[in-house]
Amino acid sequence: MRITQGTFSFLPELTDEQIKKQVKYCLDQNYAVNIEYTDDPHPRNTYWEMWGLPMFDLKDPAGVLMEINECRKAYPDHYIRVGAFDNERGTESLRISFIVNRPAHEPGFRLQRTETDGRCIRYTAHAYARLTEARNAGSD
Amino acid sequence: MSKVISAADRYKAGVLEYKQMGYWEPDYQPKDTDLICLFRITPQSGVDPEEAAAAVAGESSTATWTVVWTDRLTACELYRAKAYRVDPVPNSEDQYFTYIAYDLDLFEPGSIANMTASIIGNVFGFKALKCLRLEDMRIPVAYMKTFQGPASGIVVERERLEKYGRPLLGATVKPKLGLSGRNYGRVVYEALKGGLDFTKDDENINSQPFMHWRDRFLYCMEAVNRSQAMTGEVKGHYLNVTAATMEDMYERAEFAKSLGSVIVMIDLVVGYTAIQSMAKWARGNDMILHLHRAGHGTYTRQKSHGISFRVIGKWMRMAGVDHIHAGTVVGKLEGDPRTVAGIYDVLRETYNPKNLEHGIFFDQDWASLNKTMPVASGGIHAGQMHQLVHYLGEDVVLQFGGGTIGHPMGIEAGATANRVALETMILARNEGRDYINEGPDILQRAARSCKPLQAALDTWKDITFNYESTDTPDFVPVATAVA
Repeated sequence: MRITQGTFSFLPELTDEQIKKQVKYCLDQNYAVNIEYTDDPHPRNTYWEMWGLPMFDLKDPAGVLMEINECRKAYPDHYIRVGAFDNERGTESLRISFIVNRPAHEPGFRLQRTETDGRCIRYTAHAYARLTEARNAGSD
Repeated sequence: MSKVISAADRYKAGVLEYKQMGYWEPDYQPKDTDLICLFRITPQSGVDPEEAAAAVAGESSTATWTVVWTDRLTACELYRAKAYRVDPVPNSEDQYFTYIAYDLDLFEPGSIANMTASIIGNVFGFKALKCLRLEDMRIPVAYMKTFQGPASGIVVERERLEKYGRPLLGATVKPKLGLSGRNYGRVVYEALKGGLDFTKDDENINSQPFMHWRDRFLYCMEAVNRSQAMTGEVKGHYLNVTAATMEDMYERAEFAKSLGSVIVMIDLVVGYTAIQSMAKWARGNDMILHLHRAGHGTYTRQKSHGISFRVIGKWMRMAGVDHIHAGTVVGKLEGDPRTVAGIYDVLRETYNPKNLEHGIFFDQDWASLNKTMPVASGGIHAGQMHQLVHYLGEDVVLQFGGGTIGHPMGIEAGATANRVALETMILARNEGRDYINEGPDILQRAARSCKPLQAALDTWKDITFNYESTDTPDFVPVATAVA
């Protein structure tokens, strides 16, 4: 399955040229760009590993792309995302976040149901699902 | 100017003009702590506009129809609202914009019910006026700070959902009435799996014979959780907890929480106090609170009488809702572009400068209250994506109900078409392209690798709703603004 987190996951994979344009947009807005990677794309895994600090003082999109490619080299089979922080009062949060690298095979999630009182069900999604489980997601 | 009269004369038993009673003070300088209202008044023929303005000030504060000596036991000059300015409405013969200031001590802290009972309590039925409309309100920071504001707000909502950089996408389940719980959940599942972030109960889906509320909640949460597992994204369904009593609403909201829902919804018709109660509950339970503005058109749409929706928007941000329906500009419901922009501004900005073109008559400091996410819903489709992004910006939920469920290839395809159209347009905007003019071309190119989008564009290509707006600002850029 294809994980569709991020601002552009429904589009064909962005080319380096397209990534550079998005980074330029972020830098033009005075956002600080950062790179993060993980092997656990659970929707509530907030803290991916940081590839260094946010690049607060960087002005050149090519520099960011170089870092993205370094990260890809080190973690070719991980998810890698680019985020941009806006420190303006009233926001002080991410303003964009998009995936720039995915594993060749995305195993997806296994949905576990635990029946509780009445007809209520507790749901737990497990990342690192095996392929067969991913195919049957939600059916156990 | 009002005649200055002695206290002895002022309090003689009988009937006085409101102007003479002290409700018209053209020299008054509003204090920073005053609440200021801008009313559009249409006096009965023969009634002096200043007297009409004084009457509005009087009837919305301390006055009654006759003089009462008990006023003299109070600091009555403080409690009197003061009409201090009357301007003719541009291009109109019998209407006037009236500025009225109210002292902070007139209002209970943190209570929309108390504030509105004063400001819109009796005065809208007053015989000396043909019509009356509350156009805008400046809430002083001192009073603003007594309100909770949105339970979560735009920033926290996005952080909880891990969704940034684009409008969120939603759809209202259709048909709005008659589906069983099981069939209803199917629509939710297909739409969320296809790429929407949210689906939504309609305003009148509560607990009816064809589907009782618990059944709906259980099936919808099955759909939400399974779609999360299928996409790796956080998803939500606005579970409408609107009910006959507060006790019923709390019961439904607690059940939604126990099932793990990220969001619940209420209708505007539940009333201001119930809305504030639910906002407090939502803050205490990490829940996003969606408000459907059911019923507002009865008093917001006509320019001569009622309340502007930008005022309702301000009150609802203070009351504490996280989402509110606020117009689409291009869809099937009322929405002049500038008026809608004014409404979006009061919901989303930390400070609103006076902007007469958008219907905003006062600077408004929001005193760090969270921001409310506007929701655009009603007759919009993927082919309008460039216009929607242009008019409504990024912090908005775009809701395509018919535009998702009515897709010729099915609900999932409808959802995918909307998501692809949106991401394409944001990508183009960020690249610096002239996406408004190139919009149709950008969408057509994206459709080459997305059949659902092509089908959506083909199906709805000629659908527009070009009717004249009834609620428009009176100040256009070329006019000499009187304020």
